[in-house]
Amino acid sequence: MSKPKVGVFGMTGCGGCQLELLNFEERLLDLVGAVDLVHFTEAITEYSDDYDIALIEGSITSEHCVERIKKIGDIAKIVVAMGSCAVNGGLNCMKNIYGLEKAKDLVYGDKKDWIDSIEVKPVDAYIKVDYYARGCPINRSEIIDIVRSLIVGRKPEIPNYPVCIECKRNGNTCVYELGKTCLGPVTRAGCDSRCPNSAEGCDGCRGPVDDPNMNAQKDLLVERGLSVDDMLAELNLYNACKGKAIEQK
Amino acid sequence: MADNINVEISPLSRVEGHGDLVLNVKDKKIERLIFRIPESPRFFEAMLVGKNWDKPSHITSRICGICSVAHTYASIRATENALDVVPNDMILKLRKLIFHHEIVQSNVLHVYFLAAPDFLGVGSVIPLVETHPEVVNIALRLKKMANDMVRIIGGRAVHPIRTVVGGFTKLPSEEEMYQMKDMLNSAYADLEASIAVFKILELPAFERETEYISLSNKQDYAHYDGNIKSTDGWEIDPGDYLDRIKEKVVEHSTAKHCWANRDAFMVGAISRFNNNYDQLSDKAKEYAEELGLKAPCYNTYMNNIAQFVEVVHSVDDSIKLIDKLLEEGMDESKAMVEIKPKAGRGVGAVEAPRGLLIHDYTYDSDGKIKKANLIIPTGMNYGNMEADMNAIVPDIIERSEDEIRLACEMMIRAYDPCISCSTHFLNVKLINK
Repeated sequence: MSKPKVGVFGMTGCGGCQLELLNFEERLLDLVGAVDLVHFTEAITEYSDDYDIALIEGSITSEHCVERIKKIGDIAKIVVAMGSCAVNGGLNCMKNIYGLEKAKDLVYGDKKDWIDSIEVKPVDAYIKVDYYARGCPINRSEIIDIVRSLIVGRKPEIPNYPVCIECKRNGNTCVYELGKTCLGPVTRAGCDSRCPNSAEGCDGCRGPVDDPNMNAQKDLLVERGLSVDDMLAELNLYNACKGKAIEQK
Repeated sequence: MADNINVEISPLSRVEGHGDLVLNVKDKKIERLIFRIPESPRFFEAMLVGKNWDKPSHITSRICGICSVAHTYASIRATENALDVVPNDMILKLRKLIFHHEIVQSNVLHVYFLAAPDFLGVGSVIPLVETHPEVVNIALRLKKMANDMVRIIGGRAVHPIRTVVGGFTKLPSEEEMYQMKDMLNSAYADLEASIAVFKILELPAFERETEYISLSNKQDYAHYDGNIKSTDGWEIDPGDYLDRIKEKVVEHSTAKHCWANRDAFMVGAISRFNNNYDQLSDKAKEYAEELGLKAPCYNTYMNNIAQFVEVVHSVDDSIKLIDKLLEEGMDESKAMVEIKPKAGRGVGAVEAPRGLLIHDYTYDSDGKIKKANLIIPTGMNYGNMEADMNAIVPDIIERSEDEIRLACEMMIRAYDPCISCSTHFLNVKLINK
């Protein structure tokens, strides 16, 4: 079997998910051996437009991004959205809430017409996405599992249960007991509950499970005298593009 | 070589983010040389408005994956200065310790993975796996050590979790402190071996003196705090940065350009080295000498060597910090100091791996952000990058397009530009007219 050709692409984001790929360290060499890495702007000069699998980081926030993502969609056989920005728009979506024109005014003033910036959307608003590697940043072992699965032609297993399950398994004190807000009850697991492991509330960076029980989450807050508004503000950190839909459930 | 050329590198690779360099030469004279930043800006200054004081550090760490610790601390320090929060000595030492390892993480990534391939004549680190496996392995081990340090103290290697306004949500255990010390001690063999690697790299002989700006303080080789100091002889409190550092929007770029005493200035490892050489550890000074790096240094390409020298200093200083923390004891009850929201303005200035980074927040009385201004190192370096290229291109104008393109790319990469910073960056274009 010939090695699959893989391209890694960055749209608008922080480069942290691409960095996590470089952070494989000892496993980086295994990855390089298992696939033919043909495009990876952050790490390689040579590039090619012939690839089977596209790993895409970042959200779509400009006409330039739209052009690039459509081209990638035409070429790649399998598209993996990598990280919150690509999966559900991520932090960048807070610009939409603030208002695009208002944001341009604030940051660039009378020079704002020089700036190419559109409403922020996730990758799947423009092209078909086959797999989602969630999180801000991605979880290294999850992306390894996804890539490995694609190499052997198996469907990667992505959890569809809340972070609380992993958090309990890790034996953490519930962060609600520490008086903090946590989105663990409605957020999709797969991160090994890394924020609660550090005594911080979950920010919901992996997005919600398929059918989040928002009412139970709200009851939990009310019971503990915490604010539902705070929770919604928290939800908007990473899920503003799709947040409205979650809130209405 | 034709008298007229257009160079366009698009996108410039092996930098953090996206950018284009456009160079037009007519009758062997530079007609136009600009950086274009085609990537859409992200508007963090707008996103921060209305956010509660505990959120900005988590939000702004996402400005850049590779500088996430630096953004976290510029943010935390801006907020703490605004809310009059004073962290205790244990918190400060632990912050300095984690800060060192973002510098190590980033400098190692840059020097070995992003810049070294140029000097070894290949397009990326991947061919080096075959040709120079020992170099790749040194880099991977050092990077892993730094990533593990950040992970142990911050809870995650990219975008730390535990480090927040007021202190830490959780401290490393004593066992982990000893584990980190062992990791640091075992890094020396790789640092020693690196000397031989860097000695064979041929850095272009290029000198152009400019204004070098960095933090500086009396206690240590400044990363986490200090005054803003210039080699042009001025030094200010970071709160007064607007008096000295000016910003403007430039047509071809979504990142704003900066200037201070002259048209352009430089920030980053060389600036820190030039301003604070005396405070480097003895071993770092020894390594600098062996690699031909002397303060003041005016060769931009030597930024790579300065970055390596800083890695040596960071390893030395980390061991000292761990020894002190162990001696004084790590008390979980002191991990956080109390925070009361209040109205006010605060400026946080730190040294990101690629240079001075400033966050400036104004809070209302409920502890929500009213206004935010962020000044990023790559934005500060743009003007100087253009000035360097304007200086080097006439010297190499007779060479082939490929050589000119490579020299320009290497020059830009030497700055270790982090174009993800709020915006993205770089492409170089060379076309024969």
